[in-house]
Amino acid sequence: MQANPTSLVPEIAATGISFRRRAMNALVTGSAAGAVLLVLVPLGAIFAYLVYKGFGSLNWAFLTQTPKPVGEAGGGMANAIAGSAYVLLIASSMGVPIGIGAGIYLAEYGRNRFGDLIRFTADVLNGVPSIIVGIVAYGLVVLSQGHFSALAGGVALAIMMIPIISRTTEEMLLLVPQAVREAAFGLGVSRWRTTLSITLRTATSGVITGVMLAFARAAGETAPLLFTAFGNQYWNWRMNQPTAALPLQIFSYAISPFDEWHRQAWAGALILIILIVLSVTAVRVAASRGMLKGVS
Amino acid sequence: MTGPQPILNSEVAISAADESMPLLKAGDSRWADRSFFAIISACGFCVLALVGLIIYELITKSSLSLHSFGLKFFFRSEWDPVNDQFGALPFVYGTIVSSIVALVIAVPLAVGVAVFITEMSPPWLRGPLSFTTELLAAIPSVIYGLWAIFVLVPLLRAYVQPFLAHYFGWTSLFQGPPYGIGMLAAGIILAIMIIPIISSITREVMTAVPQQQREAVLALGATRWEMIRTGVLRNARAGIFGGIILGLGRALGETMAVTMVIGNRPDIAKSLFAPGYTMASVIANEFTEATGDVYLSALIEVGLALFIVTIIVNVLAQFMVWTVTRGMPARSQT
Repeated sequence: MQANPTSLVPEIAATGISFRRRAMNALVTGSAAGAVLLVLVPLGAIFAYLVYKGFGSLNWAFLTQTPKPVGEAGGGMANAIAGSAYVLLIASSMGVPIGIGAGIYLAEYGRNRFGDLIRFTADVLNGVPSIIVGIVAYGLVVLSQGHFSALAGGVALAIMMIPIISRTTEEMLLLVPQAVREAAFGLGVSRWRTTLSITLRTATSGVITGVMLAFARAAGETAPLLFTAFGNQYWNWRMNQPTAALPLQIFSYAISPFDEWHRQAWAGALILIILIVLSVTAVRVAASRGMLKGVS
Repeated sequence: MTGPQPILNSEVAISAADESMPLLKAGDSRWADRSFFAIISACGFCVLALVGLIIYELITKSSLSLHSFGLKFFFRSEWDPVNDQFGALPFVYGTIVSSIVALVIAVPLAVGVAVFITEMSPPWLRGPLSFTTELLAAIPSVIYGLWAIFVLVPLLRAYVQPFLAHYFGWTSLFQGPPYGIGMLAAGIILAIMIIPIISSITREVMTAVPQQQREAVLALGATRWEMIRTGVLRNARAGIFGGIILGLGRALGETMAVTMVIGNRPDIAKSLFAPGYTMASVIANEFTEATGDVYLSALIEVGLALFIVTIIVNVLAQFMVWTVTRGMPARSQT
């Protein structure tokens, strides 16, 4: 009984499929696997170099001091780390509410022509090169204020965050079953209350994940900050003054001719990656706990 | 006999509802609903307004250059801020060539990765593999640039470029001194950056091909590769093409990593070893140094052109992906 099929199949395989076809199949399988390996090489290399070069130059001074002038050893990027956080805070305070609002509109009221138009423009906005966003923020904020500022950097990053947040919020809200909304309506709850305390509450975890995606992308953006936040060698906490940012600092140190600065660029890059990964996972964990509470 | 009882007195009903259901106490819910709708619509309108604002800003701020150079701007190759003479041809050339190099390297790899993950890999490997390739997309551009300067460029200079010059120098694509930095380095780093985009879209459209299609082709006696070629890739090709174009859109607008390794020289050279310049990187490098009004508006006009091209490319790509993934059963012949 069992011998029959097992003996039959190889026979067909051996006689029915020519050597050329089998060789072609093996060749393609091999090259697809090779492509995977080839793509994993740069990924592994980048992380290995970040850790290897970054950890070597990472020390307490790097995290607590401002940059030293050329030629002096030591110094750090504390002001750039704080500056990045500051600019991101400004960006989130504008981008997150508008993005979530637009997402709610698309999911709850956007099943029409106007909704399609906004959906389309959000996708367009998502594809706009980040350097162009920088130009626009420069024209809007820097030119009217007369100087580079943290606010301008925040506006630029907010423009980058809005389409990502609105599209993920829409997707997450659409995952909430229609029956949940109907149940709320059936109890006589008004529409705005249903949307905020029932639909949005149910989708909280997904919405926060979308926000974190946007946040992580904005945190690493350099091009829109070049001529908005501009960079600063010192501490700055004022909205209307140029401020340092981690990606900007990495960029200017990387293209500089000094070995000491190159080392600091690697350390900065390591910090940037760690911060991005940490903030994403931390909020994801918190959201999943809060989500459980909201449902049960 | 407890149970819902008809309430005869309507006043009693209202007061009972008031006490038992706080949600109903929202009061004049029509007014609240309207203002909520207004706020939410304003947020939606914001997205629309932002795109309008970008177009408006780019056109008004570049009008000086638009008027003084006209369309010739894109066909002139001198870039002379001292005498206010500007032509964007070297940047257009650099952008196109670096993107083409990136596509030539990235497309086979990305499609190969997608084919392996969806059709060949053992199920337990599928999740980790797609997660790792997606991780490539999360790395900030400036870190790619940093890595390219200190790892990729020395490698190219020491090993890859001499090899290419020795064996393929006759094509005149690989000639000249091996600086390391230049068009080739920019193309390679762009390729690494767009692989996750192309491969994730390719995976998405390949998964949209119905399973029965694969089974049918296998039942006809095809090998696995023949099944993938005739049953999957042929049906998904419009979507794969869309993914490639989406990758192209990203490559055209990519700024930091390219700026760090392309060499930043506004020359048009045939060799890929030569340094070049792209539209995005000229803006990144010279925007804050632009002293004259014409200089600044010429840079913004480069930005306007870049904006228009990337929009067209992205819209085209999304349309192509949509034709495959909108849930239509695969057509037998086109």
